[in-house]
Order: sequence, then C-alpha cells, then structure tokens
Amino acid sequence: MATPAHDVDIAHTALLARLELTDAEKSAMQHEIEDIVGYVRLLQEVDVDGVEPTAHAAPVHNVFRKDASAPSMAHERMMDNAPDTIDDELIKVPVVLGGDEPGSA
Amino acid sequence: MANFVAKPAPATLHAAADALAAGTTSSRQLAHDLLERYRVVDGTIHGFLRVDEAAILAQADAADARRAAGKALGRFDGVPIAIKDNISIDGQPCTCASKLLEGYTAAYDATVIARLREAGFVFFGQTNMDEFAMGSSTEHSAWFPTCNPWNTDCVPGGSSGGSAAVVASGQALGALGSDTGGSIRQPAGFCGIVGLKPTYGRVSRFGLVAFASSLDQIGPLTHDVRDAALLLDLIGGHDPNDSTSLDLPATDFEAALGNVDVKGLRIGLPREYMEVEGLSDEVRQAVEQTRDAFAKAGATIVEVSLPRTKYAVATYYVIATAEASSNLARFDGIRYGRRAKDATNLLDTYFKSREQGFGDEVKRRILLGTYVLSSGYYDAYYLRAQKVRTLIRQDFRAAFEQCDAILGPVAPTTAFRSGEFTDPLQMYLADIYTIPVNLAGNCAISVPVGVASSGLPLSVQLIGDALGESTILRAAQWLTTTGSPMPAGDA
Repeated sequence: MATPAHDVDIAHTALLARLELTDAEKSAMQHEIEDIVGYVRLLQEVDVDGVEPTAHAAPVHNVFRKDASAPSMAHERMMDNAPDTIDDELIKVPVVLGGDEPGSA
Repeated sequence: MANFVAKPAPATLHAAADALAAGTTSSRQLAHDLLERYRVVDGTIHGFLRVDEAAILAQADAADARRAAGKALGRFDGVPIAIKDNISIDGQPCTCASKLLEGYTAAYDATVIARLREAGFVFFGQTNMDEFAMGSSTEHSAWFPTCNPWNTDCVPGGSSGGSAAVVASGQALGALGSDTGGSIRQPAGFCGIVGLKPTYGRVSRFGLVAFASSLDQIGPLTHDVRDAALLLDLIGGHDPNDSTSLDLPATDFEAALGNVDVKGLRIGLPREYMEVEGLSDEVRQAVEQTRDAFAKAGATIVEVSLPRTKYAVATYYVIATAEASSNLARFDGIRYGRRAKDATNLLDTYFKSREQGFGDEVKRRILLGTYVLSSGYYDAYYLRAQKVRTLIRQDFRAAFEQCDAILGPVAPTTAFRSGEFTDPLQMYLADIYTIPVNLAGNCAISVPVGVASSGLPLSVQLIGDALGESTILRAAQWLTTTGSPMPAGDA
C-alpha cells in the first residue's frame, strides 16, 4: 500500500469546496484523502516528458451554434424548482453581505 | 440469501415490440405485468426509487390508442423502459439518489429521453444509483441500497445498480444507465445482463446530470445484445445541445447482428489484465474459456499489451474527481435543490446546503477533486493525470493496430457482499478493467458467459476501438447465442 500523503489541509480544501464539515467528518476525510492522494502519487513514476495532456476523449474544436433565436425554457417551470421566490417571479436569496461569519471551515 | 432472477414475458424489448405488432399483447398489459412483478419483488430488491403507476398507465393507454388508430409512433410504441435517476424526464423527479435534489422536478427531457419518447417508449420508473453516480455498489444511494437479484446479500454493482437489478429481476425489459468509469458495465456484469458503454460522443449527454463531463456516456442495460444494439440505434447521433456529440450517420447496429460469424476476427488479450492483483480464479477461467470459444470458431487470438493499465485507476480518480468538483459546484442551494434553512447569509447557505445535501462519498470526491485542482497541486496531480491519460489512449491505439476487439474481465471478481468494502480506496481499485475505456473514450460491452460456483453471474468485457460498436456487438451477439463458452446457469 502506498504511503499516505501528509500535506493535505482538509479544512482549507473544504473551504475552497464550500463544504462545512463536522469535526467527525473532517477527521475521517483527512485520513481517507491522505490515503487516496498517497496512492495517486503512483503517477509520479510515469515519464510524461513531452506528452501532451488529454482534456477530452473525443478531440473537439470550438463549436459555434447558429446565431438564431429560439424559445427559452418556460420561466414558470424553472421557478417551480426554486427554494424560495417572490411572487413566483424572482428567486429570493439570503442576505449577501453581513450576517454571521460563514461556516466553521 | 434470496434469489429473484426472472425474465418477464415477453422478456426483451424486441420481443415486446413483436408482440405488440402481432396484437398478442397491449402496452397496458406489458405495464400491468411489470407492475405486478414490481409489487412482488422490489420490496426486497429496492431497484426503483420511484414508480409512478398512474403516469405509466397513462402513457401505456395513449400508446395503445395510437396503435388502435393505426397511428403507432413506430415499432416500439408502448414498450416500457426503466431510466436511471440522473437522466431528466420532463415532469418527473430527478434526484441522482441525493438528498440535495429531493423535491427537484426535471423541466425538460434529456435528448435520449426525447428520442425514446418520439419512438413511443413508456417511461417505467426511475432506478436507484450511487449518489451522483459516484460508487461501484449502489450502497451510496441517499435513500437505500439496492440488492443483487441473484443473491440479496450481495451488491448489484454500481453506479447503475438499480437499472441492472430491475432488468435482472424481471421488473424491466431494459433500462438506461450512465457510465463514467464502469457504471453500466460493472453492474450489468454483477447482475448477469448485457451493458454497453458507447464511444464517447456517440450519445448526447444533454439532460444527464454531469459527473465527469469528459468521461460520462449514457448507454443501455438489457437482457440481450440485440436490445443493446437497437437502443443505441435509437439514442445515438448528433445533438446540437451537446457540442461533444459526434456528427455521425444514423446507425443500424441491430440489422448488423444477423448471421454473425467470428471467423478471422482478431481478439486481443492484454497480458497486463491477467496480472492484476485480486483477479479471482473463476473470472480468469471465464475469460480463458471465452478466448478458447472464439479460437475454436476461427477467431485469431493475439496477445497485446496495455502497459499503463496499472496507472488507470490513479489517473481516473484525479480527472473524474477534478471534473466532479467543478460540475457539482452548481449545487449551491440558490436556484434549485436543497437550501439550508439555518444559514445566516449567502456564503453560509452554500456551506450548509452542501453539507446537509451531499453524502459521504460525494463529499470525499469533491474534496479530492478540489485538492488536485488547488493552487500548488494542479501540475503535480491534474496536469500529470491528463498526460498519463494521453499515454493510456496511445496504448489502446497501439493495441487496436493488432486486433479488432479486446477481451478481458469486467471486474476482478463476481458481485461482492454488501458492506464488504469499508475502505473507499479498495473499492476504487476494483474498477481497473472498466476505467481505462472511459479514459480512452472508446466503447465496451459487458456480456454474461456463465455462473460461478457461488451462484453469481460470470461476465466478460469486450472492448472496441472508438466507434467500434458494430464489432463488439457482433462478437457479443455470437458469444451469447451460438458461441456460449460455458454451460448455462440454472437461472
């Protein structure tokens, strides 16, 4: 089994991922991510000098659509899925600035 | 242990279409029989997340009315099919087996659904899965795990485990699933049915909830190879809504299955596949007996090499998680999906909604993907994995210079027992035979060839080159009809 990676900062990573983890989750994830990252370091032994990266299985070039108008999806159907609305017209969001400091992460 | 393996009558999509054409059954009768079966077995199998009986019967009655009026939409008008819960059906919930999407209703059809709808298919329930398609056992559904119909103490595989289990337990004539690292082929293999992952770009991903966009493909899970071929004919083809879908002529893979012969077919056996740690004796023997059956029928067996096989799992878990961390950033609790009620401001809404909505495996993969993309690690992990991906593609290119199809296991073992893997990394490592195909972007099919001493199905995988579906479908058709290498199971 590979050596676990000990430079994983799980609290910082969770902050970047916008995940508020409980203390129990943080400790379990710390251990599991260290193991997986340790395993993934296997890739360091592959000689990749001069190899181009592959981002996509089927190489695609920029694809342009026709510059034509088409009906949008129905507004009221979209609004049906919104957690909170104002008169089913606008999506209501929580206060953006202020409030308590976010997340313990 | 309980065993719920059964075939409905008629047992396949094409047989149902024939029976409808002959007037020996109706769409309502087909739906009724499957609903009966569902009521008897799914309390034990748990393959479906939802079966909306009223919606199913309404679709079936509409199909029967069209047919009676001489206005059938085609051969498949009125044939029922089950759909994995990450594929959007207009007006139906689509939760990806996640609490985050509880209460979400799809407001449009995925392209594959639109195409099946035009052909008259009846959408018969949404199937269980690992949450957001992340897992190999369907134990990571936020609602409940699905059981393997051959032995309910075992997993059905995953992430399309619900689709595989409902087909294998006779609750569906066929199903759609999605495959990012083996999520169609491995559950099909564990449940003794046929599962096809098409070439990347063959099938539109529009309306499939994205996991890893450069790897995801939708494909069929069916009772036989013919159904896999005809479903691919129906769902494949260019879609302006998915710019990665390939602009190809219409296919007729089903017609190409008549009179199959494997004489002269070059079957490649990668030597690295037999050296994988943990490969069980029975799976090895199934591959060897399949090889011998091909050879006896006049196929040429070629030893090939896929030297970077040992790096495939590591490459995949960097690339797939990186893409997932980016794709799943859209679940923020604002426009749709679960929103935490106890958040104090916008940022806190993100943190709490995602904490409450995602399960452990999804969080684990988001964290891993975020880590490999984060400042200071991008070059060492993500960029390097993309380069190794190039080498894995080159390995397949070189192998397909020497052969027409590659034969190997689907997984190192038959279906494992529920709860057997407590370490996530160990479960990831079992995806070694399916993952390279997604990284390279070519196609592969999982085919049942026999039954192990445990009573569980034994399957093999035939891997084709990019756009090589016809070759592997024909070889699979031969293998499951005239060329069956092993005595049939008692189920």
